[in-house]
Amino acid sequence: MTENIDIKNLNIEKASEMLRDGKITSVGLVEACLKNITERNGELNAILEVFSDALENAKKADEMITRGEGDQLTGIPLVIKDNIFITGKKVSASSKILENYVASYDAFVIEKLKKTGAVFIGRANMDEFAMGSSTENSAYGPTKNPFDITRVPGGSSGGSACSVAAGFCLGALGTDTGGSIRQPASFCGLVGMKPTYGGVSRRGTIAMSSSLDQIGPITKTVEDAKIIFNTIVGKDSMDATSIDLNSTGSDITGAKIGIPRDWLKEGIDADIMENFNISVEKLKKLGYEIVDIDLPYAKYSLAVYYILMPAEVSTNLSRLDGIRYGNRVEGENIFDTYKKTRSAGFGPETRRRIILGSYVLSHGYYDAYYNKAWKVRHAIEKEFEDIFKKVDFVLTPTTPSVAFKFGAKKDPLQMYLSDIFTVPANIAGVPSLSVPSGFSSEGLPYGVQFMAPLCADEKLFAISLELEENI
Amino acid sequence: MEIKDVENLAEMSKIELTDAEKQQILKDMDGILGYVKQVEEVQVPDTKMEYAHRNIWREDDSERGAEFSADLIKGQFPDKDGDYIKVKKVL
Repeated sequence: MTENIDIKNLNIEKASEMLRDGKITSVGLVEACLKNITERNGELNAILEVFSDALENAKKADEMITRGEGDQLTGIPLVIKDNIFITGKKVSASSKILENYVASYDAFVIEKLKKTGAVFIGRANMDEFAMGSSTENSAYGPTKNPFDITRVPGGSSGGSACSVAAGFCLGALGTDTGGSIRQPASFCGLVGMKPTYGGVSRRGTIAMSSSLDQIGPITKTVEDAKIIFNTIVGKDSMDATSIDLNSTGSDITGAKIGIPRDWLKEGIDADIMENFNISVEKLKKLGYEIVDIDLPYAKYSLAVYYILMPAEVSTNLSRLDGIRYGNRVEGENIFDTYKKTRSAGFGPETRRRIILGSYVLSHGYYDAYYNKAWKVRHAIEKEFEDIFKKVDFVLTPTTPSVAFKFGAKKDPLQMYLSDIFTVPANIAGVPSLSVPSGFSSEGLPYGVQFMAPLCADEKLFAISLELEENI
Repeated sequence: MEIKDVENLAEMSKIELTDAEKQQILKDMDGILGYVKQVEEVQVPDTKMEYAHRNIWREDDSERGAEFSADLIKGQFPDKDGDYIKVKKVL
């Protein structure tokens, strides 16, 4: 049975139907995923640990299906990013300091997925503490892009994206602070969605930058992303920023799409623009009105991001001191222990951002950097609010280039610039989704990104579905 | 920024750096700060800081939340004496 299931060409929607019809079993699906992992994970390094109870949980899911219980995710194999808690399982955020850390409770999203009988196959590699755009910052070695192993899969949720593209699972969870779901999804030819800020609870997720972090799905299709999103969405009293998404419905008849032309003038590869323009033409043909828009404040999103995010990183990561958990390195006194523990435990990018964060928060610089960045952030939020009175969606390429080669962006600023189009949605808190939009002459995936008004997540799925069906 | 600043920031952040690492960080900071400095030129209304995303507090009731495994938490103390975490002398 196993050899009959071609995971790479199967999606959640279809697999779920086949499970209900008794054509396949969850055990069969999981076995097929495990076979792919055995064959290719050595080369791709997408999965840090395969969970030993995956087959056992698949059996339970099959029993649920036989009893007529569960829903579309019952029995579906998923990979979970290594910063989301599953009780009793290791969760390291791809850092040395948490190498042997074991989650003592389930994340909100895991609780929800467990209830549906989804099967967790393993935990996915990522940039350390979700800081990076290539997975080159993982303490456990980089993940490779399954389309070309000399190239990065994107990041920080690179292991999640690679797992879906390589047939290690049918869907994955990632986290997105400045593009960490959408950029790797685009680099691996997949759909990646960042929900409205607060729409999905972060309880049980290792915090990076709390005013920006969101959990979301990476899948092969828009419909699959919607299936996972509908399961993990919901208010949670244990995340103080959690909100009820007051859905604005899914009707997109006569929707107007805005393109911020100003953003697309420089720093973007010619083939990306060419591919982007094809998507624009398709949307026009489908009857959507396309207009040029100005977002003068949002242009500063990346600068704002690299002030606010490291500031939050420096405070969030101060809890990692080797006292209550994590790998402790004893020093001569307690302060020496902190220093030795953190120096041995954190990689170069993590150290860089902690130091940058401490700088922008320090006396004498706080007003010029942190305070000013918050003010600009407010202006950006307001600007998106206003633009969404004029248009229903904003459309851009997801990334300024296709997946780049390993080592191509050694200068940190060059790496940061690869998130130039994805960061504004995090700064404004709005939902955003990357849809695959074809392949380059070298066979590398392209993606375009929609942004929608706050809480218009359903409409975001609807417009993405329209484009996906017509690519 | 100067080497002395990098050293102070590393001290505050409780991170040890070799001389080579300090030089590298200094170079990186110059590039990054040069880029983020553009927020200075942005003209925004001089409003008071206000946070759009307000924290919403829950009732202070431990029974409401997720189930935690105390054993898993205690099992991860890097050094312990019974149920207590052991640390070096603070003062």
